[in-house]
Amino acid sequence: MINFECVSITYPGATEPVLTEVNLQIPEGELVLVVGRTGSGKTTLLRAINGLVPHFTGGTLTGRILVDGRDTATNPPRELADLVGVVPQDPMSGFVADTVEEELAYGMECLGLTPDVMRRRVEETLDLLGLVDLRNRPLLSLSAGQRQRVAIGSVLTSHPKVLVLDEPTSALDPGAAEDVLAALQRLVHDLNVTVVMAEHRLERVVQYADRIVIVPGDGEPIISGTPSEMMGNSPIAPPVVELGRLAGWQPLPLTVRDARRAAGPLRELLTGHAAPLRIIKGARDATPLIVTDKLTVRYGAVVALKNVSTTITRGEIVALMGRNGAGKSTLLSTMVGLRLASAGVVRTNGKDPREIKGPELVHSVGLVPQDPGDLLEASTVAGECRSSDHDANVELGTTRALLALLAPEVMDGTHPRDLSEGQRLLLALAIVLAARPPLLLLDEPTRGLDYPTKARLVKVLRELAVTGHGIVLATHDVELAAEVATRVIVLAEGEVVADGPTHEVVLASPMFAPQVAKILAPEDWLTVSEVRAAMIEQVG
Amino acid sequence: MTGSLFTLPRWLHPAAWWVWALGLAAAASRTTNPLLLSLIIAVAALVVSARKPDAPWGRSFIFFLRLGVAVIVIRVGVQLIFGAAFGTTVLLQLPGVTLPSWLAGVRLGGDITFESVLLAFYDGLRLATILICVGAANSLASPSRLLKSVPAALYEFGVSVVVAMTFTPQLVADVDRVRTARRLRGRPTKGVRAIAGAAMPVFEGALEKSVTLAAAMDSRGYGRRGEISAARRRMNSLLLLTGLVAACIGTYALIAAGSPAALGLPMLIVGVSVCITSITWSARTAVRTRYRPDPWALPENLVAGAGVLVALSFLGANWVAMPGLDTPSNPPTWPALPLLPLLGLLIATTPALTAPTLPRTIIGKLPRIEVPA
Repeated sequence: MINFECVSITYPGATEPVLTEVNLQIPEGELVLVVGRTGSGKTTLLRAINGLVPHFTGGTLTGRILVDGRDTATNPPRELADLVGVVPQDPMSGFVADTVEEELAYGMECLGLTPDVMRRRVEETLDLLGLVDLRNRPLLSLSAGQRQRVAIGSVLTSHPKVLVLDEPTSALDPGAAEDVLAALQRLVHDLNVTVVMAEHRLERVVQYADRIVIVPGDGEPIISGTPSEMMGNSPIAPPVVELGRLAGWQPLPLTVRDARRAAGPLRELLTGHAAPLRIIKGARDATPLIVTDKLTVRYGAVVALKNVSTTITRGEIVALMGRNGAGKSTLLSTMVGLRLASAGVVRTNGKDPREIKGPELVHSVGLVPQDPGDLLEASTVAGECRSSDHDANVELGTTRALLALLAPEVMDGTHPRDLSEGQRLLLALAIVLAARPPLLLLDEPTRGLDYPTKARLVKVLRELAVTGHGIVLATHDVELAAEVATRVIVLAEGEVVADGPTHEVVLASPMFAPQVAKILAPEDWLTVSEVRAAMIEQVG
Repeated sequence: MTGSLFTLPRWLHPAAWWVWALGLAAAASRTTNPLLLSLIIAVAALVVSARKPDAPWGRSFIFFLRLGVAVIVIRVGVQLIFGAAFGTTVLLQLPGVTLPSWLAGVRLGGDITFESVLLAFYDGLRLATILICVGAANSLASPSRLLKSVPAALYEFGVSVVVAMTFTPQLVADVDRVRTARRLRGRPTKGVRAIAGAAMPVFEGALEKSVTLAAAMDSRGYGRRGEISAARRRMNSLLLLTGLVAACIGTYALIAAGSPAALGLPMLIVGVSVCITSITWSARTAVRTRYRPDPWALPENLVAGAGVLVALSFLGANWVAMPGLDTPSNPPTWPALPLLPLLGLLIATTPALTAPTLPRTIIGKLPRIEVPA
């Protein structure tokens, strides 16, 4: 269905090609997962399939890309619209109409289909993706998961043979992600659509894939193969695979179910072995950094937070979890005084964060927003660091030194926009940390991060907690929460529904349990590294 | 919400709402009678409350009401400070400022008379009423729904307007986001420097979004090659625009007091026929099709007809110089209630019943505000 024949792509102004001599055959009806580090050229590969690269972005393409026999060199994206459907990373950014039904019809209107065909396909698509109840809803009123499904639906109505998705689940909570993946699964099974999808969260998608394509970046050749082949020695792998490799299971399980069936001996081995204590040693004391009492926040008629009472102390890493729109971001922004409480109080050091102004605020609470790029405005990394030192009133060079610790490879002269997603996050983190705020808040820090960057972030957060910082991170990433959090707070419709030590909260919930916990239940294990430590102890 | 008399629940053709609302606005432009103007506002509010959708644009009516109040306040304020006083009932004596001779026509301060304030109030109320009528149309029919019905010849133009309109709220959200970021970095969020610092990231963000949207539209087939040549298409758009301009001049000449009506009617007829030619021409060659176009049936005729009738009743009353349309402010007189316009207004309330109710599913939950932070 899709043939890359010796394809190299070079962007204008770049000296090195992003992709070099790619040869790739994707047969019809497969679900293909494209993985690789950020900045490795995954997105370029995806966008080349419908000709957005190079028709839209510029640059030169050598070699040939054939999609269902059509050459992308002679067919611009609009002429391939009936063949390839592309769902962008942020679905909202690609919406044209203002209600669900009109959005679904837009592509067909452009193709000039007759009204009765359009009507029939819209109805079919509404059913296929479970959007019937939303058909007349304004797109602005949808949740992130619903938007993602509408975005998929809006390209499906043109009956493309190929569907291309760029990180379809990265912004979604575990439940919404499952809905989207189930919908994709159905397309592959029932409609024989070829799906090509890039995703960092392997633990969510690897079991659905028929083929995995690894884009290593740095000019190295692309490799592809079946999931079990590729996962056997891939440097990046979901916890289920890592556990399988650790325990030496053959064949390597890719799903929790398969792993559970193989895990009998391992469970026995670990029985009676006490699970590790998950507290940060040394720094923990009861000094409260921030206290909320019966905190309620409303936006007009919408109640975003309802009677939230909680205390964050030094040395804690708290994971804030819950559906999209459960009030996680609102809680964080209220803690830095961006939102006005309609009832209840927030106090940090006995002060309302709204009263704290300017540099004093950054010295007491720091927030890394959902899009870390928001914080950056200078044209070079060095300039950004200098203005950060100035803002925080600290000695010149403080931010740069912090950044050197967090991301040693980042160069002074780089434009912040040219950094990878992960490097941008670390730069924003360095800026926020420059003022040494005792309380650090992070909103969705792992959105779009690859495994190596995530591992580095985990290390940084642990070190911060040891030196006495209190950390709150809002996240959908259950593996991250299991890895790093000492405590989990679950929000639903603005209310706290669970608050306690990580293992107690996540083990009790099928939605928030990490893969290792699911495999080794009812034993109390959360991460591969815990199991590894226990096994070494057992053997040694 | 009462049920409609004629059809099952569905969307009314947006153009029908706009004809109705512009009819009311045209009526408002013909009178300074505060009773009639208040009645026009009441009629608009009644119909809006009966038939507005629960969508973001449906809630914009209240904004236009506030805008109306602001217009009246400003108009009266300007009169208080700069306006020439006439009449005899002095309300207040402000210290007058003698201005240099080259500003002879302008007055600053001095006596404030009841008559002059009243005149300013009538004038402001008229303008506010016209604005509120536009607001009513805006909340009953989303402007982008109206644009969906623009003829194929103007399609490209329609798309750019739709995109521009979705960008305005996004720009507001961006400004908010950048201000948030400034606070997080411990910088001032108010003042000139804050605005200057925020401008760059906001524009960068807007630019980036438009590029993303363009890529998305391109991949979905926007602008696919049609069978007609680009030159022919441009010709068509030009023809349509000329026709529209001619029709607008014609309408203006017909409505505006003091311009020759003899010029108006032929101009309007020529304009409309040029438009129709262009539309039928382009409809025959268009690649694009339209999904579920809103039908134009009996309810549309009734709603649009109500708008035309109310406009005619005021225009007619004006034509025969019926007393009561203008309320003199010097000396202050109690406004009368002329019969013909009153009848017209009664007809203008009928869309509250004759327009179809909306499909039930539009009543979703309020939009979730994404919290940028």
